[in-house]
Amino acid sequence: MKQVQSSGDEKINLKARKFLMWLFIVSSFIYFAGLTSGFIVYTSGSPNRGIKTLLPYAFKYSTIVILVSSITMHLAYLSGKRLQFQKQKLYLILTMALGVAFFFIQLAAWRQLIDQGVFFVSPNASQSFIYVFTGSHLVHIFAGLMILLTALIGRMGNISQVKNMFRLEVASIFWHFIDILWIYLYVFLLLNQ
Amino acid sequence: MSSTAMHTLEHDGHLDHGHHKETFLTKYIFSQDHKMIAKQFLITGIIMAVIGMFLSILFRIQLGWPEKSFPLLETFLGKWAEGGRIKPDFYLALVTIHGTIMVFFVLTTGLSGTFSNLLIPLQVGARDMASPFLNMLSYWLFFISSVIMIGAFFVESGPASSGWTIYPPLSALPKAIAGSGTGMTMWLISMVLFIASSLMGSLNYISTVLNMRTKGMDMWRMPLTVWAFFLTAVLGVLSFPVLVAGVVLLIFDRSFGTSFYLSDIVLKGEILPNEGGSPILFQHLFWFLGHPEVYIIIMPAFGITSEVISTNARKPIFGYHAMVYSLIGIAVLSFLVWGHHMFVTGMNPFLGGVFMITTLIIAVPSAVKTFNYLATLWRGNIRFSPAMLFGIGLVSFFISGGLTGIFLGNASLDIPLHDTYFVVAHFHLVMGSAAIFGMLCGVYHWFPKMFGRLMDEKLGYLHFWVTFIGAYFVFFPMHFMGIDGVPRRYYAFTEFAFMKEWLTVNKFISWSAIVAALGQIAFLYNFFHSIFYGKKASQNPWQSNTLEWTAPVEHLHGNWPGEIPTVYRWPYDYSKPGHHEDFIPQTTPFSQTMSSNMPHDFEGNAEAERIQLEWEKANVREKAL
Repeated sequence: MKQVQSSGDEKINLKARKFLMWLFIVSSFIYFAGLTSGFIVYTSGSPNRGIKTLLPYAFKYSTIVILVSSITMHLAYLSGKRLQFQKQKLYLILTMALGVAFFFIQLAAWRQLIDQGVFFVSPNASQSFIYVFTGSHLVHIFAGLMILLTALIGRMGNISQVKNMFRLEVASIFWHFIDILWIYLYVFLLLNQ
Repeated sequence: MSSTAMHTLEHDGHLDHGHHKETFLTKYIFSQDHKMIAKQFLITGIIMAVIGMFLSILFRIQLGWPEKSFPLLETFLGKWAEGGRIKPDFYLALVTIHGTIMVFFVLTTGLSGTFSNLLIPLQVGARDMASPFLNMLSYWLFFISSVIMIGAFFVESGPASSGWTIYPPLSALPKAIAGSGTGMTMWLISMVLFIASSLMGSLNYISTVLNMRTKGMDMWRMPLTVWAFFLTAVLGVLSFPVLVAGVVLLIFDRSFGTSFYLSDIVLKGEILPNEGGSPILFQHLFWFLGHPEVYIIIMPAFGITSEVISTNARKPIFGYHAMVYSLIGIAVLSFLVWGHHMFVTGMNPFLGGVFMITTLIIAVPSAVKTFNYLATLWRGNIRFSPAMLFGIGLVSFFISGGLTGIFLGNASLDIPLHDTYFVVAHFHLVMGSAAIFGMLCGVYHWFPKMFGRLMDEKLGYLHFWVTFIGAYFVFFPMHFMGIDGVPRRYYAFTEFAFMKEWLTVNKFISWSAIVAALGQIAFLYNFFHSIFYGKKASQNPWQSNTLEWTAPVEHLHGNWPGEIPTVYRWPYDYSKPGHHEDFIPQTTPFSQTMSSNMPHDFEGNAEAERIQLEWEKANVREKAL
């Protein structure tokens, strides 16, 4: 009886902890909502403000890369669920590699922006906002990579399937979120171009 | 992270064996037990409150006796009080840090951190928080941020001095005033850590309330405390990230030379390169947090007071559902009113009108709460314990401070009253004093739960009356000053002819503040003395219904030995007609209280109603025979 009780507790607790990730996503989204509303309030203040440049071409590549990484993330999740651990490892590594690639493409996009004469320190803060959006998003990418890494290390260390799936699920919730977040930011920037 | 958390989980499994070794370090310092973390929050909060109060006494001395020299001040404060008079720069630092400490470190974390941590798991029937590790991290980030905030007093240029709202450009230009240099940087670092801590706490509270309630504890059986903590946490999660956004941009302006908030500034004869920024943008971002923040402060106090008033009036809380819906109403409205802090920023008058209407609507749920408190007290069998007195004190402050909120919410009245002492009086009564009283109410009430001992009642009464009268003496005269147009944050009242007549009032306020501050010694002595030498408490000293009083006095990791109790009823069955005692704990099934059950208790369960009916028939027959 006691055994049953405690395993029941554990299930509830894992659910509660997964829920923490959802809540974190909410707060993180609010942060970006705050920034983008800030952008709208700022930009609407004067006709001299606004992005007033073409968004770097690199953003298109990074969008493709992160979309693909979302697919590999889901594949990793599915293979974990089907107990195909070799595949799970492979897809996790692939997702991380795509994440790193995304990181560097964004940096390249910054390079491109600078070449276009769009600087972080600029009298038109709408342009500075582009850097703040992408920079804050990169911080999330970095956090996402760390979460993927824990999932991968857990898999390498042969943790129990319950824990493995827990980590995998948390990683996948977060990774899909930063994917969607990037699309939100990109579309937001495109609409304000 | 997850590996540590897993460890606690497994540990939960064999908690009856009690073989888990605890060292001093894991028990008192890096504890992951919610009850210990609550105590850590409380004691840190109390220390911060004492510091915040001490700062206020310092600037009250300046305001009460602006021309007088106090050599003692120079001894302690050195160059900040040369010649025994507090310097203007330091005066600004004092009000800034007083505000910051009181708003964030005492009334946000000291209040929510303490009572959410203590009561959420105990009152919903959980072994601990969703993530005990995150909970520990939350405390330690809070501790570090407190140290950094206080540490600002030990840097050459002094702490931040641009007001607790840190409006740019004053806060964004390190060279603008002494306090905007290193002090401001420390303020920002401290606040970033603070927000991280507060978010971790909030996430944990929400997840615990939603996922870890014990059997039978549906949302409508939760005590109002838990409802209040839950909604407070929701507000925190939805509003603090916006402050982060605002602060991040401010940091870029300060340190990287961007111009989000800065434009057309001439500083000491030098034209700054920053162009195109909008300081109003910061106010929008700040007050989008800032207004929910005041409800983050007052809502836990509401929850605590609801519970304490009901327990000590020996009556069910009046309008439980209305209390919950008014909390929800306040929570929702708090996001729609931030503009009322910005009526004088050149806001479009139409927009101002919208914010005015949403602001005034808040009076409705607030009035619902006030009247429900009064209706709960009405003809109750009141036990005037110190906790109860502080609870009633909250209601008093909330009424007297809330009424002036109706004045300030009107854009047309706010324009002359903005930034005067009227505002100071308003928010110190309605959220400052009221929330502090809520916090003290909670401390007196749950002290036996935290430390297993009782606080001294006589000292509690002394503490209450000195603080209650002192707070009114301090803040009430400020209304009149404000109506006369005396602006807040002014260093001395001697420079302007029209303010001179208020000097005597200021002396009176300062004396009241000093006496009220001395009154806190009664509390501090009582608190720390009772931890070690107080009278031993029984398991349920207030004869209360909620779940935390079914847990043993000795603290166990996991709260209850054996299984977590099941909940059968709502938490406010006090003085229920027909029952032999004046309280029925939530864990008592209806089958044991046949003589007091009411038809609506069964929530439409036909089987239970049938059994009840049969029992009543049998008993009536017995009586007839």
